[in-house]
Amino acid sequence: MSGHTVPADFSGHMLDLDEDEDLEVFSKKTSTLDGDGNLVPNSPSSLVNQYRLDEEEEEEEEQHANTIDLFITVDNPESHVTAIETFIMYRVLTKTTRSEFDCSEYEVRRRYQDFLWLRSRLEENHPTLIVHPLPEKFVMKSMVERFNDDFIETRRNALDRFLKKISEHPVLSFSEHLQVFLTEPELTSYKKQGPGFLSRMGDTVRGLANSVRGLKSRPDEFTHMQEYVEDFSNKICSLDKVTQRIIREQKEYLDELKQYGPTYTQWAGSEGDLAEPLKGVASCVEHCGKETEEQTQHLSEVLVPVLHEYVLCAETLRGVMRRRDNLQAEFEAKNEALVSRKTDQESTLTLMSLYSPSA
Amino acid sequence: MAEDGEEELVATDDDSEKQGRLNHAIVDQGCTLLRRMEICVAEAEKRNGKNAVNMQEMFTVYLIETRPMDAVAEGRNLSPDSLWRRYSEFELLRSYLVVTYPYIVVPPLPEKRAEFVWHKLSADNMDPDFVERRRVGLENFLLRVACHPVLSNDKILYHFLTEERGWKEVVYETGFQAKAESRLKALSATFRVRNTDKRFVDMKHYSDELQSHTSQLLRARARVADRLYGVYKVHGNYGRVFSEWSAIEREMGDGLQSAGHHMDAFAASIDDILEEEEHYADQLKEYLFYAEALRAVCRKHELTQFELEMASQDLISKKQQREELATGIVRTFSFKGMTNKLFGQEAPEQREARLKLLEEMIAEGEETVKEKTVECEEHVERAWVDMQRFEEQKDKDLREALINYAVMQISMCKKGIQVWGNAKDCFLKM
Repeated sequence: MSGHTVPADFSGHMLDLDEDEDLEVFSKKTSTLDGDGNLVPNSPSSLVNQYRLDEEEEEEEEQHANTIDLFITVDNPESHVTAIETFIMYRVLTKTTRSEFDCSEYEVRRRYQDFLWLRSRLEENHPTLIVHPLPEKFVMKSMVERFNDDFIETRRNALDRFLKKISEHPVLSFSEHLQVFLTEPELTSYKKQGPGFLSRMGDTVRGLANSVRGLKSRPDEFTHMQEYVEDFSNKICSLDKVTQRIIREQKEYLDELKQYGPTYTQWAGSEGDLAEPLKGVASCVEHCGKETEEQTQHLSEVLVPVLHEYVLCAETLRGVMRRRDNLQAEFEAKNEALVSRKTDQESTLTLMSLYSPSA
Repeated sequence: MAEDGEEELVATDDDSEKQGRLNHAIVDQGCTLLRRMEICVAEAEKRNGKNAVNMQEMFTVYLIETRPMDAVAEGRNLSPDSLWRRYSEFELLRSYLVVTYPYIVVPPLPEKRAEFVWHKLSADNMDPDFVERRRVGLENFLLRVACHPVLSNDKILYHFLTEERGWKEVVYETGFQAKAESRLKALSATFRVRNTDKRFVDMKHYSDELQSHTSQLLRARARVADRLYGVYKVHGNYGRVFSEWSAIEREMGDGLQSAGHHMDAFAASIDDILEEEEHYADQLKEYLFYAEALRAVCRKHELTQFELEMASQDLISKKQQREELATGIVRTFSFKGMTNKLFGQEAPEQREARLKLLEEMIAEGEETVKEKTVECEEHVERAWVDMQRFEEQKDKDLREALINYAVMQISMCKKGIQVWGNAKDCFLKM
């Protein structure tokens, strides 16, 4: 953020925080194509664009397509069995025209852990940048089978979006770690290098110490940013929860509906002229049930993952803000130390001059 | 004049649309009482009074208004005659009708207590919504009775509608309660009767099915309503979140705020929707209760048939006794036969006396059998006619009810589409 002033209200420019003066504001791109040719949104405003069927958007699309020089997709999840464990491997396909890459096409197999590694490397090397979040690890309490098809598909989608975001980032896309991730057939040797565990520990410890001491004064713009991030995080979390609640309620409604329709059919069995209309109603109820089921599924498969992603984004942002605070705290601490040393030095000199024999 | 009457009837009718159509249909069929007077249950009021055990209680009374039809037709704006009746009086009227016309499927009253409630609906009899629905149900009852080809001519009914005081005494004076069949007698007849008319057996079976199916349907519907209510109300949370969120956003603020309002409107809309659905449920409930009335007619047949069989049986045995006495041949075991063997034959004079008595009893018995046969046949004839009428009415009414239900559902979906369309516009404009 060298000398570039960030406006106090930046709600419209959230994703600009890490821009460099001379690079394009990447958030202007509203959507990208994923492997199936579907529009995938990168920002809140483009969530809207997904549903707009303007020609204007298709033009933007084409223009954009011409400027991508690094195109990544994640697909083809396959079960991989070893003696110790079973896990899923995803195929990562890269097409590029960049000179840093030796070939123009790469295909590698990666597992979720590999993605975690990549992201932690990126965050470490670029602590001031916002690195798009990864889908969460498998959590037992969500009662979803680890190798359930829906879960795998949702995760694959999220991993795909992750890499696409990174590839579009003006700084992160040139990271050497990314290149290694995309090109090397075997990652194990690379994973062992790097600062790793201890430095991460140090970070946390410093963070704690600083939070105890408290910041002297945070520049206003960051305070506003912090507040906004907090609020946004709350709101997006609420939305996520509300949506999940709606899905639950709709499922229960659906269960009752499935019992309701057949009562008409049963009744029709003992009627004469009335049988036809009754059966008609029964089939309508069944139909409604199917539609509701579809809609509920759509909510789970489309809306929830997107909301979830932004929940994670908000968390990432908070992390970045914390790091900034930590850095400021460290800076202040060091400054204080310097000032007190200087004071010490001066008083020592004064004392010495007092006690030194006059020439 | 009939046409004028029809128009007048529809125009001056009560709020419920269903009533309007019912009235129209009723007059088409050419009913008697309803042609002569216009009837409606206009209001409900709470009263305090002493009940049967002399304790203070609160109860609801309903205002019955009547107007002579010719006055209405001539456009004379007569103020209606009116009187107040409580639910228990309606019950008394119905009991009287059921006993006096056992071959008629007597229209049922609206439920005494709220059943098939789901969580938002109150089960309280004093709840204003319940009272309102009951008012409609009572009016419906009166209209059905007043337009029935047989029931509408009843004097007690007329009295009920026109004389507030002393009606109860008049009803009791008819002594109808004495004619009421005991439960035990009816049950016994059901088990022991041999030759019931097949049509009645089928009808009884049908009434069982109707009752079971409608009650299952009503229960399932109540559960669905409960769940749907939940779904709609949770969307209100969207409204709240959007509203709060709009406060912290600059560009998205307005869009979020408006969308929030639409979500609130969506959540609120379910109350009216489900209220309307209750009317549909009430229409089904009427036929749930009709099933009981139908079954009562079938039971009466079983009873009359049984009594006929008993009387015939009695007559046969008496004739047998006479034969034995006359010829001296004892074919069946009898006490007299035994004592004859033990103590010797009786004197001829005694035999004469006994024979004479038997002859009298046989004559009586033959009369009884004739009566019972007539009673049974009449019941079968009249009941069959009314059951046919009932079936036609049922098919027509339920068909209409189902159509209305479908219309309701369509309207609900259209409203939903509108709300979500509006919300989408808000999002698009953000």
